[in-house]
Amino acid sequence: MSTKSIVGIIVALIALLVVNAAVYVLPEYKKAVVLRFGKLQPVHPEVGLNFKMPFSDEVRFFDSRILTLDAPPENYFTVQNKRLVVDSYAKWRVSDAALYYTSTGGLEDIADRRLAVRISDGLRNEFGKRTLHEAVSGERDELMASLVVTINKTVGLELGVEVVDIRVKRIDLPDEVRNSVYDRMRAGREKEAREYRSKGKEQAEIIRADADRQRTVIEAEAYRDAELLRGEGDAKATNLYAAAYSKNPEFYSFVRSLQAYKTTFQNKGDIMLIDPDSDFFRYLKSSKGDTSPGLGQ
Amino acid sequence: MAWNEPGGNNQDPWGGNRNNNNGGPPDLDEALKNFQKKINSIFGGKKGGGNDSGGGNGISGSMIVVGLFVVALVYGAFGIYQLDEQKQAVVLRLGKFHSFVGAGLHWNPPLIDEVIQHNVTGERQYVAGGLMLTEDESIVEVPVTIQYNIADIKSFVLNVNDPVVSLQHASDSALRHVVGSTELNQVLSEGRGKIATEMRQRLQDYLDSYGTGINIVGVNLQEGKPPAAVKDAFDDVVKAKEDQERLKNQAQSYANGIVPEARGLAQRTIEEANAYRDQVIARAEGESERFNQLLFAYSQAPIVTRERLYIDAIESVMANSSKVLVDVEGGNNMMYLPLDKLTGQASSRSSLSGGANAGVTQDDIRQISDLVLEQLRQDQASRTRGAR
Repeated sequence: MSTKSIVGIIVALIALLVVNAAVYVLPEYKKAVVLRFGKLQPVHPEVGLNFKMPFSDEVRFFDSRILTLDAPPENYFTVQNKRLVVDSYAKWRVSDAALYYTSTGGLEDIADRRLAVRISDGLRNEFGKRTLHEAVSGERDELMASLVVTINKTVGLELGVEVVDIRVKRIDLPDEVRNSVYDRMRAGREKEAREYRSKGKEQAEIIRADADRQRTVIEAEAYRDAELLRGEGDAKATNLYAAAYSKNPEFYSFVRSLQAYKTTFQNKGDIMLIDPDSDFFRYLKSSKGDTSPGLGQ
Repeated sequence: MAWNEPGGNNQDPWGGNRNNNNGGPPDLDEALKNFQKKINSIFGGKKGGGNDSGGGNGISGSMIVVGLFVVALVYGAFGIYQLDEQKQAVVLRLGKFHSFVGAGLHWNPPLIDEVIQHNVTGERQYVAGGLMLTEDESIVEVPVTIQYNIADIKSFVLNVNDPVVSLQHASDSALRHVVGSTELNQVLSEGRGKIATEMRQRLQDYLDSYGTGINIVGVNLQEGKPPAAVKDAFDDVVKAKEDQERLKNQAQSYANGIVPEARGLAQRTIEEANAYRDQVIARAEGESERFNQLLFAYSQAPIVTRERLYIDAIESVMANSSKVLVDVEGGNNMMYLPLDKLTGQASSRSSLSGGANAGVTQDDIRQISDLVLEQLRQDQASRTRGAR
C-alpha cells in the first residue's frame, strides 16, 4: 500500500510536470512564437490557454503593446544648411511575431536600433527639405505623418513591426547658433525698449506742448478779455468826461490846467524863473494890480 | 527605454507588481515548486512517522485528503487580495480579459487569473518644460505641469508598454509643437491660456491615438521665461515700459501744474481789467460829477470863482517849489544864476540820502562823478565866458 501510494504520487507529479510543460498561457498583451528544437513552427498562438509539445517546443513571448523608441538626439541639417539637434521618439508595435523573431531575435533593443537608423534617415530627409521655421512650427504634423507612411512601407516586411507614430520631442539649436539667436533676441528687445522710451518722450512732449498751448491760449484769451474790459471802461469814462466837459470846454481847460500845474510843480527841487510881471504877481508891484492885462482874458 | 530586459521574453512588466504588491498569483514555476515542496514535506513527514511507528498502513486515504485540503487552502489563500478605494484592477483569466474589479476584498484563482491593479482616481502629475524654440525662432523657457489620471484601466494595461513614459514623451512633443507655432511675445504674455488649451487637446489626441487610457485633467502653463542669457534685455523692456509711463506722468504733472496756474493768472488778468474798467468808470463819474458841480457853482459867479481857483492853484504851486524872481525887462544882461548850485543842492541831497544806505553801488559813483565833471566843465565855461 505504501509503495503503491508513493508510486502514485510520483506518477501524479510527473503528470503534473508534463502538463506544465505542455500548457502555456498567452496573455492579451503578448505575442508568441513556438520553436520546436529551434525551428520556427507555423502556428499562431491565440490569446488564452495554448498547448505545445512538452520539452521539445519552446515558446518565445514578445510584448504586443505599443513600445517606445527613444533615440538619442541627433544632428540634422535644414534646407538652409542650418544644423539642428533633434530629439525624437517613435511608437511602434510588433505586427508579425514570426518575422520579428527572425529579424531581431525578438530582442527589443535590436529592433530599437534597426528602427532608429531608419527613422533618423527619414528625419534627415524630411528636415533636409524644410526650413527651420517649417520644421519648428506648423509643418511638424505633416512631416511626421509622411515619415510614418514612408517608414511603414519597409519595416513591416523587414522587421515585422509597425510604426504607430513618430514625434519630435525637442528641436534645439547648436550652441554657436543659439548665441546668435540670443543676440537677435537681445537686439529685438533693445529695439522694443528704445521704442517704449522714445514713445514715452513723444507722449511727454505732446502733453507738455499741449499744456503750453493751453497756457498760451488761456493767457491770450484773458488778455483779450482784459483789453475788452479796459476798452469798455475807457470808452465809458471818455463818454462821461466828454459829456461833462463839453458843457464848458474853456472852463474845463482852465480847471484842468490849474490841476496840472499843481501836480507838475510838487518838488522843492523844481526851480521856476518867474517874471514878476505875471498875473499872479500883479499885486506884488502895485496894490492896484492894474499893470497886468487883467483877468478873465 | 522599455524596462523589459533583452531576452527576458517571459518576464512581463507587471511581474513585480503581481508578486510583491498585489498578493496575486505568483509565477507559475515558482508556485509549482512551492506546491511540490509542500507535497514533499508532507510525504517526508509521513515517512518519518511511518518509521517511528514501525511501518504499517501509515499513509491512509484520510491523510491524502488532509494533504490535498491543506494544498487547496494554501492555493486559495494566495488568491485573496484587497483593493483600496482609489484602485481598480483588471482580471485576465488565462490571459484573456475577464473583468474589472473595484474596491473591496476579492478572490481570484491564482495561476488562472492575473490581477493587474492601478490607482485610477488619484491625480498624477508630470512636470515638463525646458528651453524650446518659438515660431519666430526665439528661445524661451516654458515650464508646464500636466495632471492626469487613468480613465480606462484596460487600455492602460493592455495597449501600451509604458503609458507613463508615453505620456511624458507626448507632453514634451505637444508642448514644443504648440510653442513652436506661437510667437515669443504670445508665449510670454497673453498667449498662455491658448497654449495650454491647444497643448491639452493635442496631448490628449496623441494619448488617445496610442490608446493609453490616460485622461488629461489639466495642463498648467507657468509663466514663460526668456533664457537667462537674454534676461537682462527682457528686464530692460519692462523698465522701458515703466520709463514710458514715468515720462508721461512727469509731463502730465507738468501739464497739471501749468494749466490751472495759467487759468488762475488769466482770471487775475480779467479781474484786474474788470477792476480797471470799474475804476476808470468810477473815476470818470466822480470827476465829471465834480466838474459838473464846479461848473454849476462857477456859473453862479464866474469871475470871482475863476480868480479864486487860479490863485489857489498858483499858490500851491509856488509854495511847493523853489523859485527865482527875475525882472527880465528891467534887469541887466549880466544876471548870474547859479543853476549848477541850485541843481547841485538837489544832487548832494540825493547823494547824501544815498550815503545813508550802506552800499553805494558802482553805478551811483559813476553817476555822481559824471555829474561832478559836468559841473566843473560848466563852471569853467561860464567863468571863461564871464572873463571875456
